[in-house]
Amino acid sequence: MKKTLVTLMASAAIATMAVGAAKADTKACFIYVGPIGDFGWSYQHDQGRLAVEKELGVETAYLESVPEGADSERALERFARSGCDIIFTTSFGYMDATNKVAGKFKDVKFEHATGYKREHPNVSTYSSKFYEGRYVQGQIAAKLSTTGVAGYIASFPIPEVVRGINSFILGAQSINPDFKLKVVWVNTWFDPGKEADAAKALIDQGVDIITQHTDSTAPMQVAAERGIKAFGQASDMIQFGKETQLTSIIDDWAPYYVERVKAVMDGTWEQQDVWHGMDHGSVAMAPYTNMPDDVKALAEATQAKITAKEFEPFTGPITKQDGSEWLKEGEQADIGTLLGMNFYVMGVDDTLPQ
Amino acid sequence: MRIELTKRPQHSVLFSALSPFIALALTMIAGGLLFAALGKNPFDALYYYFIDPLRETWSLHELAIKAAPLILIAVGLAVCFSSNNWNIGAEGQFVAGAVVGSIPPVLFPDFQMFLVLPLMLILGVAGGAAYGAIPAFLKVRFNTNEILTSLMLVYVAQLFNDWLVRGPWRNPEGFSFPGTVRFHEYAILPQIWPDSGRAHWGFIFALVAAVAAWFMMSKTLKGFEVKVLGQSPRAGRFAGFSSSRMVFFAFLVSGGLAGLAGISEVAGPIEHLNEKISIGYGFTAIIVAFLGRLNPLGIVAAGLVLALTYLGGEAAQISLGVSDKAARVFQGMLLFFVLATDTLIHYRIKLAMRSHASGGA
Amino acid sequence: MGTLEAILLTIATAATPLLIAAIGELVVERSGVLNLGVEGLMVMGAVAGFGMAYLSGSAWVGVICAIIAGALFSLLFAFLVLTLVTNQVATGLALTLLGLGVSGMIGEAFIGLPGIRLEAISIPILSDIPLVGKLLFGQDPIFYISIVLTIVVMWFLFRTRAGLTLRAVGDSHGSAHALGISVMTVRYLAIMFGGACAGLAGAFLSLVYTPQWVENMTAGRGWIALALVVFASWRPLRVLAGAYLFGAITIVQLHIQAISLAELEFLPGVIFWLASLVKSIPSQFLSALPYLATVIVLVLISRNRRLTMMNTPASLGKPFVPSR
Repeated sequence: MKKTLVTLMASAAIATMAVGAAKADTKACFIYVGPIGDFGWSYQHDQGRLAVEKELGVETAYLESVPEGADSERALERFARSGCDIIFTTSFGYMDATNKVAGKFKDVKFEHATGYKREHPNVSTYSSKFYEGRYVQGQIAAKLSTTGVAGYIASFPIPEVVRGINSFILGAQSINPDFKLKVVWVNTWFDPGKEADAAKALIDQGVDIITQHTDSTAPMQVAAERGIKAFGQASDMIQFGKETQLTSIIDDWAPYYVERVKAVMDGTWEQQDVWHGMDHGSVAMAPYTNMPDDVKALAEATQAKITAKEFEPFTGPITKQDGSEWLKEGEQADIGTLLGMNFYVMGVDDTLPQ
Repeated sequence: MRIELTKRPQHSVLFSALSPFIALALTMIAGGLLFAALGKNPFDALYYYFIDPLRETWSLHELAIKAAPLILIAVGLAVCFSSNNWNIGAEGQFVAGAVVGSIPPVLFPDFQMFLVLPLMLILGVAGGAAYGAIPAFLKVRFNTNEILTSLMLVYVAQLFNDWLVRGPWRNPEGFSFPGTVRFHEYAILPQIWPDSGRAHWGFIFALVAAVAAWFMMSKTLKGFEVKVLGQSPRAGRFAGFSSSRMVFFAFLVSGGLAGLAGISEVAGPIEHLNEKISIGYGFTAIIVAFLGRLNPLGIVAAGLVLALTYLGGEAAQISLGVSDKAARVFQGMLLFFVLATDTLIHYRIKLAMRSHASGGA
Repeated sequence: MGTLEAILLTIATAATPLLIAAIGELVVERSGVLNLGVEGLMVMGAVAGFGMAYLSGSAWVGVICAIIAGALFSLLFAFLVLTLVTNQVATGLALTLLGLGVSGMIGEAFIGLPGIRLEAISIPILSDIPLVGKLLFGQDPIFYISIVLTIVVMWFLFRTRAGLTLRAVGDSHGSAHALGISVMTVRYLAIMFGGACAGLAGAFLSLVYTPQWVENMTAGRGWIALALVVFASWRPLRVLAGAYLFGAITIVQLHIQAISLAELEFLPGVIFWLASLVKSIPSQFLSALPYLATVIVLVLISRNRRLTMMNTPASLGKPFVPSR
């Protein structure tokens, strides 16, 4: 780990020397909501930053653990004034601040992750379809589970998390129509102790596969201790469960960050709103491990179909949890409903907090 | 070798004036050593921490924004602590003020006139004060330790607010993301001097509160009562003061000001209520109160210094790559040194070479 | 392993760090010092425990280093509040702030590394007893330490001369000093004991509970430990009860969320109705339950003024300067 970091830094330094001379004036800046050491959300964004440094040789800067209140506007303004050409604001809560500061600094490009407001031409928004990976996980879970119930450790009832839950259960039901999903809301993104407790509670109630939408590796460790299987989150957590992790959804922001910084360097940057998935490499899956070959083959086949855009998880017929019809046979969900998703589909064993 | 303290007959005027500077100097030295140990040039680091944020007008505005809630809360806490009541839950009262103060623009969005803002501020104060009254009531009525009840109520307030902005108060057009609607223009706290930066009236409130509290504490009978009951409850009772009423007074003042800070933050820079408003101002303000030695005017200076370490921490992070943890270590050290040097005000310190039979550590 | 047994086991795990830290703080407070820096001490223990276990390859080395780290870090607090007579509340808060910052800086090197788990002890036959077997005979070593610690502290405080001295110092440092007891020495030792316990509690988090290091991994448990001491009105056995009660509320609310109504249909009507009512409570309120419960129990216990006064160290939080 440490060694790779050193190598990375060294190669970044060499790249800076090599390319830096030609395009030394471009600077890419990043603000993170958590510490870069969370090994989850912010960590993965920082991996993207390192990739930008390495591949393009530009100068970068970052601020970690920036609260999403009054502080974020100051942090952004400081970036804008310190010569950043493009600023990535990597949490939903930075939405208003991003747009406000963008209005003041027309020459700086802003890229806001997971938001929907683009009030100025220099603001783009981007997000990733992590739910595509959840569908694959659901299929794996249904194949491997002997109890027919999986456990889901959820953070907060925002659309991103709800989409993940729905996609997971749809994937599972495509294999086993009676598959059930238990959900526990822990009301935190990051509290290893609480996540571990939630994992234990779920296992004690008979689930034999754990998946999580929180950032710590604690659920993986609990699953390993109890000898069941689990899915990782945000980054590859295989070191925390060598015989436990089935796969993990990896947030790979590097391709997007490199593409956008390069666009600024070439002068081709334009406002956009993207929601990339497996097709752009934004959603990657950690190697499929600890499963029989046929399950692995199934997972790989589904992943290939989603990547080739031959298949979309939210394709009808889909019934909502309350029994009403959501999507007809063959109908695909519209993007607005997906972005604001606030209902469960059939089969989720939980009441969605409203 | 051991350290012996002798109480001074009167507190030292010299050290009263000097001790904050000694503390600051010691923090600089220790901080410099810390940065050197991290492989950074200590002079650069200290420059980014303490000078860089003061060079530009916009940054001074930001300083005022960051300092405003700290000063407001700390002034209230100073009164509270001086009366020997320990309100550790200002963070919860901050949230309560923000929630109650947000009622007009969230529940009555069509009620739009100049009265809305004053009403919100009053509700904010009332909300914070009412929430602060809970530990006060429990202390007076049931003799419950206020440090712990006020602290526990912080988590309750945060979770309640979380539920509100994800549930009943959620913006229907916000794609199910938590947070209320954006406040309308009559519900926004104006900026003091919009041409040069975004500092808002919250900073003025903080200054007014500080001066008012200073006046009360040093010039009025109420201030005398606070101090007497704080130093010696028994003497206070002989003087005919009620310690029960003082508990309420202390918590209402500190809760009310924390509530005002809460609604000012929400109606000021944030412009809507969300689940992320609580980022620890109530706890940091405890440090500010002690940095300012519980003197409302000292607190203004202390609030600005502490706000500076946040801004400077960012500047150092961007320019030198110093971790944001360094800012926290820095604040901890500053408080330690201030507390330690304050000892000089009340005690003479002597180093004795030979240990007594019952030596310390 | 039955469900009930598993739940009990989880509760024990949730309660153990709280119990250890609270027992340490109880001794500190019994000596008349209020140390609000438990959170900072715990997190220092967590990072020291993880780091040294990782570097040495032995979880036990980690545990011992965490204890030492907690004791040493608390010495800083002791020097300020005892030798320099600073305000205890403010100094404790500064200690927490410093601990969170320092541990974050030290810990940067350990992020993302799998930890070493302190292995559980399993006594063959006995741990197979239904329901309580694993709970009593198949736990990790720190669990046993926490129970032994509670009993030893109880015995020490109320059955030994040294314990009597410590309580005397806490009740009236003036009279204790007049009797020739070194108030300073007693308090220095008490604070270091408290620090060592907090360090051990931290090690439990980073070596047993979730064997890894992440910033702020104590997540407020130090504050809960502080509340437990008052909750228990400074009695070790009640600290034990309080820690397990708190652990139980934390775990049970997760179970309430996880269980589905369909699984409860066998229950009689009224109970089923009650269960569905509980399940309809928003999760935020369930999360707030442990804190509300603490407030309520604090109220219930402190209502009895005489009982509380009897146990409260009268000199708690008051500065002491020896006069000659």
